[in-house]
Amino acid sequence: MLQTITRIPVANYSNLKARAGYSIKIDDKEIALFKTTNGIVYALENRSPHPKGGVLSEGLVSGDYVFCPVYDWKISLKDGLVQAPDTGYVKTFNIEIEKDIIFVVL
Amino acid sequence: MKKLVMIGNGMAGVRTIEEILKLVPEKFEITIFGEEPHPNYNRIKLSNILQGDTSFDEIIINPLDWYRENNIQLYTGESVVKIDAKAKRVISDQGREVEYDELIIATGSKSFILPIAGADKQGVTGFRDIHDCEMMIKSSKEYKKAVVIGGGLLGLEAARGLLNLGMKVDVVHLMPVLMERQLDHIAASMLKAELEAQGMNFLMEKETVEILGDERVTGLRFKDGFEVEADLIVMAIGIKSNTEVAKNSGIYVNRGIVVNDFMETSVPHIYAVGECAEHREIVYGLVAPLYEQGKVLANRISGFEAEPYKGSVTGTQLKVAGVDLFSAGEIFEDGTTKSIMAYNEYDGNYKRILTRDNRIVGIVLYGDTKDSTKLFRMLTKQEDISGMTSVSILQSECSASGTSSDDIASMPNDELVCGCNGVTKGAIVEAIKTQGLTTLDQVSHCTNAGRSCGRCKPLVSSILAHTLGDQFDVYAAQKTSICGCTTLSREELVEEIKAKGLTSVKEVMNVLGWNNEEGCTKCRPAINYYLGMIHMDEYKDDRDSRLVNEKMHANIQKDGTYSVVPRMYGGVTTPQDLIKIAKVAEKYNVPLVKLTGGQRIGLFGIKKEDLPNIWEELNMPSGYAYGKTLRTVKTCVGAQFCRYGTQDSMALGIELEKKFERLDTPNKVKMGVSACPRNCSEAGIKDIGFVGIDGGWEIYVGGNGGVDLRAGDLFCTVKSQEEVMEMTGAYLQYYRETANYLERTSKWLERLGLEHIQGVMANEETRKALNERMDKTLKKYIEPWDEAIHSEEIQEKYYTKHTIKVGE
Repeated sequence: MLQTITRIPVANYSNLKARAGYSIKIDDKEIALFKTTNGIVYALENRSPHPKGGVLSEGLVSGDYVFCPVYDWKISLKDGLVQAPDTGYVKTFNIEIEKDIIFVVL
Repeated sequence: MKKLVMIGNGMAGVRTIEEILKLVPEKFEITIFGEEPHPNYNRIKLSNILQGDTSFDEIIINPLDWYRENNIQLYTGESVVKIDAKAKRVISDQGREVEYDELIIATGSKSFILPIAGADKQGVTGFRDIHDCEMMIKSSKEYKKAVVIGGGLLGLEAARGLLNLGMKVDVVHLMPVLMERQLDHIAASMLKAELEAQGMNFLMEKETVEILGDERVTGLRFKDGFEVEADLIVMAIGIKSNTEVAKNSGIYVNRGIVVNDFMETSVPHIYAVGECAEHREIVYGLVAPLYEQGKVLANRISGFEAEPYKGSVTGTQLKVAGVDLFSAGEIFEDGTTKSIMAYNEYDGNYKRILTRDNRIVGIVLYGDTKDSTKLFRMLTKQEDISGMTSVSILQSECSASGTSSDDIASMPNDELVCGCNGVTKGAIVEAIKTQGLTTLDQVSHCTNAGRSCGRCKPLVSSILAHTLGDQFDVYAAQKTSICGCTTLSREELVEEIKAKGLTSVKEVMNVLGWNNEEGCTKCRPAINYYLGMIHMDEYKDDRDSRLVNEKMHANIQKDGTYSVVPRMYGGVTTPQDLIKIAKVAEKYNVPLVKLTGGQRIGLFGIKKEDLPNIWEELNMPSGYAYGKTLRTVKTCVGAQFCRYGTQDSMALGIELEKKFERLDTPNKVKMGVSACPRNCSEAGIKDIGFVGIDGGWEIYVGGNGGVDLRAGDLFCTVKSQEEVMEMTGAYLQYYRETANYLERTSKWLERLGLEHIQGVMANEETRKALNERMDKTLKKYIEPWDEAIHSEEIQEKYYTKHTIKVGE
């Protein structure tokens, strides 16, 4: 099967503040963009894997983790895995940065 | 969605539902029928209720909110009388018919009531549910003499509870030894001697044949003709599975509802779990095996491949009337077994290990049960003990933890350490290593190990010691740290900040050696608060260390929208403000406009990107309905209009709210002002409440109308509004300086003691100093909504949603 890879420019790298989350809507997909203190940018689906859902973009960012703002689950920004004692997984998206423009690869 | 119906609303059943929701949250439309008029509660703790250690609310496991949040239709006080397996529907005693695709029977069990004459008289009860407990507590107030039939675990716990309630208690037992299914003769006689010393009277080897009395019991008669008096009879001889509905509906029933290794009954799409189920001819009554069954069933119903349930070997850890007991496996010698025993009558310790073919097959421990985990593991793993001396098997090491390093080293990674929560040794070691944990508390936080019954805590502690090696600090490991990122307690943290002059969250975590470089949701907000408390107006708030509501200055709702609650000082408003609110609500199609509990108007369901515009159009200050700060000051109408009012409550309320609004406090603070003791503002359940009397104000403190319902204590009476402001400022500042972050004033007051705080506040100098620090702190606050409206940076960072359309 043919797979289409789409690269969407979503933000300017220099505009993003560290330890902040940004919500970005691409068509009907909601993506949360995070920049860590070390300057790394991650993109995840903006939805907590908690059974009751909720957004991630307003969560507290600590290192390479974000804490889900409503149920306080700790989620790895690198691979989207929920940390113990909770379990679950958030879809992650690859990021490419060219000349200060951040692309999300869908 | 498929329809899942469960008959029964007890521990095993609801645990199964929880497991299902975890696996497939959206798959089922769930209906639960519960015969009792309560949500699911912890039946194990009934004896604590009887013994007066806890209240019913504290033993509820799933409050009604849980059912609502998970969209579970719960019918309490309603039992199912018929299952129509052909039409796949159940019929309740109230005629309700509900269809199912899958049906779980989790009806539990009831007390076995002896089928003897008089068993239906008033004053005869089982010991199985909260209703039985309440009946026993009530009887203890009117009557003196209780008889408990049954000298097993349940009977002895009931007897201990009745002693606590001030009754005289006889325990009747059919067998010559107590708890004969768990204890051998020596352990049983030690237990009996201990309980007799506590005031229980035993009637052994007595078979009850009749209960005497007219309407209410007056006594009972035994087979040998002997009679005793009794005003209350508790039958605790055993349990009987509730199988009627299954039996009447054609499901195969033996002692319990017979299930296979996947908890399936003889009828397709009908399952049974818990004390009503019989698996490989065993009906289990302990919680751990029932939870295991629940897990297997959840996997099955959710459509996942699951390991079959193969039955459980149960070890029973018991605490009867202050005595620790442990029992597992076989109890009695049978000619093929050999015993290893240690009996220390002087210290009240006894251990007996039963072996067969060099393997442990039974354990009885009395008094000292430290080795139970180690021995139980050797039993379940069928370890060969031929290389060990009997002394090394029996002797607990002199370390603080009770299990030696060798034991931990030889323990396989997949071995279960915490049976209640299913945590393996490997998971604990991994958490310790990857997250840099150093205390028992941290390990519990991160893995859940030890958070239910607590029996595995010694083992967890040993694993911690073994994993850390030389870095393990016994004393530090026991202490309660503010979170898993540090070993520091609240006091130590505040001391260190002051002593080292630390001024930012980042600096605190760097200098004090945080093991997560940027902390977590527990410590970051706490450090931010303590820094602001210590450095007053010299501290720059770290907005990104606040949790979502305070960071956004709005309350996040479950669907990710927010609420907006503007300030309405003292609950007093104007037509102009109401018009503004109405216009905004209309313009932005606000889904819900509601009066809040704090006398103001809330707008609910607002999109994050609309927040700044709405705030701008409202042009009113934030009501801080989301913050750990002063929420509202609720007032009554008072002397301005009310014919009963003795004081101007609205004026005082407005002054208080204007002075203390925005102030950071350890947790939220609510106030109420009433103009007379009729107390229409409910000042008695506020953190600080003011009640006008002739010539002054009464100040009440430590009230709480929420989770921790508590009536306020009268703190002092003052003459003027100035004195009210002075006392309130000093009191609040003292709370800010001495409370733990997130500690409400009610808990804080109970911890420090009312008299202690009154003593501190009695000193005018102290009050003055406190008020000075309060005033210095208050200088730093600015209106957050106004700030957001005027700052593009804030709007961009917090309140923007970028929408991108592909292909345009």
